[in-house]
Amino acid sequence: MNKVNKETWKELTIGTINLNPGNSVENLTGTWRSGKKPLFKAENCIQCFFCWLYCPHFAILVQDGEVKGINYDYCTGCGICSVECPSKEKSIIMVTEEIGLPERRKR
Amino acid sequence: MSTLKTLNGNQSIAEAVRQVDPDVMAAYPITPSTAIVETIAQFKADGLISGVFVCPESEHSAMSVCIGASAAGGRVMTATASQGLALMWEMLYIAAGLRLPIVAAIANRSLSAPINIHGDHSDTMGARDSGWIQIYSENCQEAYDNFIQAFRIAEDQRVLTPVLVGLDGFIISHSMEVVRVEDDEKVKEFVGEYRPLFSLLDTSRKITVGSLDFTDYYFEHKRQQLEGIENSVEVIKEVGEEFGKTFGREYGFFEKYRMEDAEICIVVMSSAAGTCKDAIDELREKGVRIGLLKPRVFRPFPNQLIAESLKDMKAVAVLDRCTSPGAFGAPLFSEIRSALYDYEKRPKIVNYVYGLGGRDIQVEHFKYVSSKLEEIAETGKVEELCGYLNLRE
Repeated sequence: MNKVNKETWKELTIGTINLNPGNSVENLTGTWRSGKKPLFKAENCIQCFFCWLYCPHFAILVQDGEVKGINYDYCTGCGICSVECPSKEKSIIMVTEEIGLPERRKR
Repeated sequence: MSTLKTLNGNQSIAEAVRQVDPDVMAAYPITPSTAIVETIAQFKADGLISGVFVCPESEHSAMSVCIGASAAGGRVMTATASQGLALMWEMLYIAAGLRLPIVAAIANRSLSAPINIHGDHSDTMGARDSGWIQIYSENCQEAYDNFIQAFRIAEDQRVLTPVLVGLDGFIISHSMEVVRVEDDEKVKEFVGEYRPLFSLLDTSRKITVGSLDFTDYYFEHKRQQLEGIENSVEVIKEVGEEFGKTFGREYGFFEKYRMEDAEICIVVMSSAAGTCKDAIDELREKGVRIGLLKPRVFRPFPNQLIAESLKDMKAVAVLDRCTSPGAFGAPLFSEIRSALYDYEKRPKIVNYVYGLGGRDIQVEHFKYVSSKLEEIAETGKVEELCGYLNLRE
């Protein structure tokens, strides 16, 4: 069996209590993407924030009050942002992506 | 000063709640436990308790409120029965898994279908693997005493495991008895102040409760959970003894009745044990060497203590007030039979299912069991391993 450097049952905090709250930030949900990723086209964006509102993983990058792109560390490639994007020419389109899971996990 | 009051089982539980005055009480009324909730609501309306009383929209929500309030660091109780306990099902496991010391009174009632409001143990026996400590009461006094002790057991830092106290639906929940109600201050002192190990409301120490465990942690957490209920063996004993010293009524894992020189024994829990005692008194007068063992604590199951008490019997009948469809005998029977496995000298043991859906069990039925046990003791042969009492065959 592989040796894992994790707590034994005697070492864990009682009742599944997590003393390091907010640590889901360490869980890179971007590793779940399988074949498609959203591509942001700034020239079409009308700054409606629909993508930011609908994204289930808070993976829309916002800087200085403007949508700037996608945080691929957390984007699962679900495509909701692209579907909801209301601009005449879509500001977010889904494109094919090599899976490359091991590389993404290394991050 | 303690006082004698005429109370039914539900009122006895409510009296204990009034005295303990938990921080949060959340319950949805269901027969036969409704009067517990009603009485607590009345206490609240009359200003006799200071805790928050929550009326949720279902039992599932009631247990969810209890879980949230307990994780927030409160002392918490609820009451339910039957379908209500069944509706709490998934939350029961969560309460136990999160090690939240919630205390619940269950007025034991049958489960549908067919629908029936009367007493049997199907509800709590169905929850026997949910991780809750289970204590059963023979009468109103025991319901009151057990409910007070339940807070001490659940909240002990070695245990931190929820406790349910069973009282037979209608037979105990609705029957008036004279109950010795202890002094409010003495009960408060006995139960003590609850100091939670963690609290969601403690902003100086932020925690997450109920986060996701994958294949790498779930197993460890479930193994750790078992420690609480295993440690409770010691704590239940301590609390029962201290209760005896304080109030004069000592409690253990089970009660033995006329077992000193017994050769045959009936094992039965809860209210039926009272009837069984009457039957044993009559049988003893006729020279039958019979005794009763009445388990009080079913989870954790005191397997070794019970086996030690039964190993020298010639024949034992275990009476269950529920079935376990497809299993080898009903729950109490299979636990006890298994507990005796390691003893070279052990009694013949049979199982009787009785009282489903509130079907009466009377002295004559215990006499029938006794006659069967005498036959087995004499011949060493078991004709019927699993039978039924007071059933139209």
